[in-house]
Amino acid sequence: MADTPTTAHGAAANGSEAAGMPQLDFATFPNQIFWLVVALVAIYFILSRIALPRIAGILTDRQDTIGNDLGAAEELKLKAQAAEAAYEKALADARAEAQRIANETKAAMQADVNDAIAKADAEIAERAAESEKAIAAIRASALESVEAVAKDTTGAIVAALGGQTDDAAVAAAVDARLKG
Amino acid sequence: MATETDGGGLVFHPMDQFIVSPLFGDGGVAWYTPTNVTLWLALTVAVIALLLVRSTRDARIVPGKAQSIAELAYGFVYKMVVDVTGKDGVKYFPYIMTLFMFILVANFLGLVPMAFTTTSHIAVTAVLAVAVFLAVTVLGFVLNGPKFLGMFWVTSAPLAIRPVLAIIEVISYFVRPVSHSIRLAGNMTAGHAVIKVFAAFAGLAALSPLAILGVMAMYGLEILVSFIQAYVFTILTCVYLKDALHPHH
Repeated sequence: MADTPTTAHGAAANGSEAAGMPQLDFATFPNQIFWLVVALVAIYFILSRIALPRIAGILTDRQDTIGNDLGAAEELKLKAQAAEAAYEKALADARAEAQRIANETKAAMQADVNDAIAKADAEIAERAAESEKAIAAIRASALESVEAVAKDTTGAIVAALGGQTDDAAVAAAVDARLKG
Repeated sequence: MATETDGGGLVFHPMDQFIVSPLFGDGGVAWYTPTNVTLWLALTVAVIALLLVRSTRDARIVPGKAQSIAELAYGFVYKMVVDVTGKDGVKYFPYIMTLFMFILVANFLGLVPMAFTTTSHIAVTAVLAVAVFLAVTVLGFVLNGPKFLGMFWVTSAPLAIRPVLAIIEVISYFVRPVSHSIRLAGNMTAGHAVIKVFAAFAGLAALSPLAILGVMAMYGLEILVSFIQAYVFTILTCVYLKDALHPHH
């Protein structure tokens, strides 16, 4: 025990035995209390003058920044919503326009088709009428020919039978027959 | 330093780490002598300044690691003060923050190997506890006048047992600084002494693995105790402060 380092320490020098609790060595109390008060006062001034206002400032700034950022985000969200609405509207407008153009085109084409059909119908009717006329003319000329042939034939038959052919009488007789 | 093997025998000096000795020379310890107490108190102040002042110098909106610690400590103590004492306790927040930071940093510095643990000394913790006790008592009388004594007169109890309760309340009030200070010093002293005892056993080769394991386990526990004791001391201070601010409850 003699060579233990305690002999070099102040506790031994202060007259208290090394075996006791150094905490109860009252000779060191004034020293500890003095330096403790110095340290506490120093800490108090460091905290109250510099550290705490600074940290409080940082926390307030952060709160403000977060608040501002949230406000800006809200604003941007509203803008985005407005832009989306504008886009939707433009899209709807374009759709309506396209629909309208399509309808117009369809109507125009229908009109064209109707015109063409009408024209074709008229042409067909015209052609049909012309043909009708031609057929009628042919039929009339055929009837005429039949009449002339009948008259000639009748004249020839009468002559062959030895009769006196009177053209006028034959024509009258044939006409009468044909009408009958 | 605390233990030496002396011819195979074990020598325990678990309490030597608490000895107050002068930094320079071998003389006595007068009240002004710079001692190891002075050194470790100065280191405590320096660490606190480093932690709370240097780290917040840039004051960034998105904090770095050190700034986060400073903000965490601030928020932790601030919330404690507001939760326990209410909004009107906020003006005493710098004092409570001073107490908390001092005890916390001093406790943790005491865990540095070869360190001197200032908060293990009853002289230190008693000054803290008595300061809290006196401040709270004076504040109670200044804010509430004689009505502060109503704290000891429990009006919610039947009239017959009120005097008995008053005696108990007064005794418990005066015991506060004693328990307040001895709790902290006792916890710090005991933990450090036990670590030293385990360390002494490491001198025996057969026991050394067990001893080192014991030191490790105690060290982990002491880290916890260091924080918890700082927290307990601070929250009790808040509770006492609440009594001074609102004695009627």
